[in-house]
Amino acid sequence: MQNMLTLLSNALCRITGRTAGAQTVSEAARITASCSFADFTPQVTFDIKEACAAGVEAAINRSDHLITAYRAHAYTYTRGVSVKEILCELMGRRGGVSKGKGGSMHMYAPHFYGGNGIVGAQVPLGAGIALACQYQGNNQLCVTLYGDGAANQGQLFEAFNMAALWKLPCIFICENNQYSMGTSAERASASTDYYKRGDYIPGIRVDGMDVLCVREAVKFAADLCRAGKGPIVMELQTYRYHGHSMSDPGVSYRTREEIQDVRSKNDPIALLKEQMLSNNMTSVEELKEMDVAIRKEVEEAAQFAMADPEPPLDDLCNHIFKNDPPLEVRGTNPWSKLKSVS
Amino acid sequence: MAAAARLFLRGIHSKCSVSGVSTVPRTSFGPRLLKLSPSCDPYTKAQRRHAAHFTFQPDLVPTQYGPTQKMNLFQSITSALDNTLSSDPTAVIFGEDVAFGGVFRCTVGLRDKYGKDRVFNTPLCEQGIVGFGIGVAVAGATAIAEIQFADYIYPAFDQIVNEAAKYRYRSGNLFDCGKLTIRAPWGCVGHGSLYHSQSPEAFFAHCPGIKVVVPRSPVQAKGLLLSCIADNNPCIFFEPKILYRAAVEQVPTEHYTITLSQAEVVEEGSDVTLIAWGTQVHVMKEVAQMAQEKLGVSCEVIDLRTILPWDVETVCKEECFLNLEAPISRVCGYDTPFPHIFEPFYIPDKWKCFEGIKKMINY
Repeated sequence: MQNMLTLLSNALCRITGRTAGAQTVSEAARITASCSFADFTPQVTFDIKEACAAGVEAAINRSDHLITAYRAHAYTYTRGVSVKEILCELMGRRGGVSKGKGGSMHMYAPHFYGGNGIVGAQVPLGAGIALACQYQGNNQLCVTLYGDGAANQGQLFEAFNMAALWKLPCIFICENNQYSMGTSAERASASTDYYKRGDYIPGIRVDGMDVLCVREAVKFAADLCRAGKGPIVMELQTYRYHGHSMSDPGVSYRTREEIQDVRSKNDPIALLKEQMLSNNMTSVEELKEMDVAIRKEVEEAAQFAMADPEPPLDDLCNHIFKNDPPLEVRGTNPWSKLKSVS
Repeated sequence: MAAAARLFLRGIHSKCSVSGVSTVPRTSFGPRLLKLSPSCDPYTKAQRRHAAHFTFQPDLVPTQYGPTQKMNLFQSITSALDNTLSSDPTAVIFGEDVAFGGVFRCTVGLRDKYGKDRVFNTPLCEQGIVGFGIGVAVAGATAIAEIQFADYIYPAFDQIVNEAAKYRYRSGNLFDCGKLTIRAPWGCVGHGSLYHSQSPEAFFAHCPGIKVVVPRSPVQAKGLLLSCIADNNPCIFFEPKILYRAAVEQVPTEHYTITLSQAEVVEEGSDVTLIAWGTQVHVMKEVAQMAQEKLGVSCEVIDLRTILPWDVETVCKEECFLNLEAPISRVCGYDTPFPHIFEPFYIPDKWKCFEGIKKMINY
């Protein structure tokens, strides 16, 4: 099933001329996880949000900006980072996109600002990026993503206020996967209409399992922003198969039947596959071929990542500050000093 | 990271001979900091880390508090919370995901036993959780707030420092939030990286009005937590997450308290004083043993327990600064953010502390 996101990439290639194979990363994460490398914090299995990532990327330009929280591997991929670099970063190797220093939650790319660990903290940042776009007059916008859990953070409302006041070109997207870590949305939020949380900011609710819905909605929002009509809030209704993190089995606060139900009826990749096959846009053989090719690419990337060495120890102290002569950093003992180069 | 360790060197008495230093298996981490033994060469294929940087050393079974039961750290916390909820009808526990037992299982079974109006989940908002907790405490109920990881406590920093800590002072003792206790998992765990490993006690250590406590073991944790809850001041209780399952001891099942602001001398010694808290106490115990065997140096190990207000009396007996034979040495993590892949090199393990002792006695 995981290989079927190649469908998306192909379909979207045809529609938009752009690759958006977000599922290859989930596949990769599964291969890596099965080799049980425990040195990364896997709070991030993207499962089932593939439609969100692929849809969003299809609707914006590469020159637009995107920022999200920690469930970011697919966005890292859609924003242009290779599977190889993502897997290396997961394992803390020097070939990683953040040079092995960030890990699972901290991957970055041009016009992709991460990869942020603290829930909700990325939203005011996103508003700021939008301000920069407006200030520079470059017709770009910022897509700022957060989850239903983060929707209850105070700093979001501060960001909403600023964005609305100054009509910032910011699309606030709430990826509602029904659970705020281990607490279901109804038990965490007084209002589960996350698209209405912007209050004075208009909002749209979108089926996050349907990649084409997501793409159209984001396109609409992007056009609105580029016309200078200010921020917009969007809620993508999606789900999360696994628990919040490796320490969360994901079944102490919901039933297995619920998970199975969503898996069988609402999986975005399966849905798209159905649509494409029934409309004769592709054939089963073509899908199989893509499947094989993607699997190969991911396997190679995984092999590369596992063989890649870790970053050199000198890197431990680099890039703390921006400093011209190397900076002295206190070591673990008062008489030992390390050098920080940046 | 595990706590900083302070090394004092007291007056050297006749026994301290440095001859016969046996070879240390690994290269020491002094000025040649980044050189490791060949088996740890980072340029070869990366190895998976199997061992923690410490060995938990349980204390003797306490006999003065009644019958005991084998518990690990998170179970001792559950026991303390259980005792509190049963004896104090105003006590409530809240935080993210505490209802199903908590991400570290510290609140397992409490909701079923005491009801959903006493053990409940909050939305994901640390500032809100602590602010709300202050309100609950001011109104007279015992509030036990959980912040899911100490790394996430910063949105609540303003509430803790500006609201909780200063309430009694600024109201001229008319109001206080002494019934508030904030609990948070703390410290390095081996794979926590930047945002699941932090030890933020230093940020709170200079804030008059709150108390900051870090236990080293299940017996200590239960007693200190119960003291924090009973204390008439807002307290922050940091629980070393790496010890949640690793530390197992016989813990009294009944209610008992351990005095706050009192450090404990866990090992007597006469040449060097090692001070630590939390997980690092176990590292220091090992270091003390190494120092005795390899250097013939007798080390005293002190567990500070309460960071604020700290036990100056025990640590600095008899105008110690005038009597020190070497400057005080601090062994801790580097001045970098807590790293992702570099964690084994970052933490002040026993070799770095041992090196500290060697440098000190040769001062």
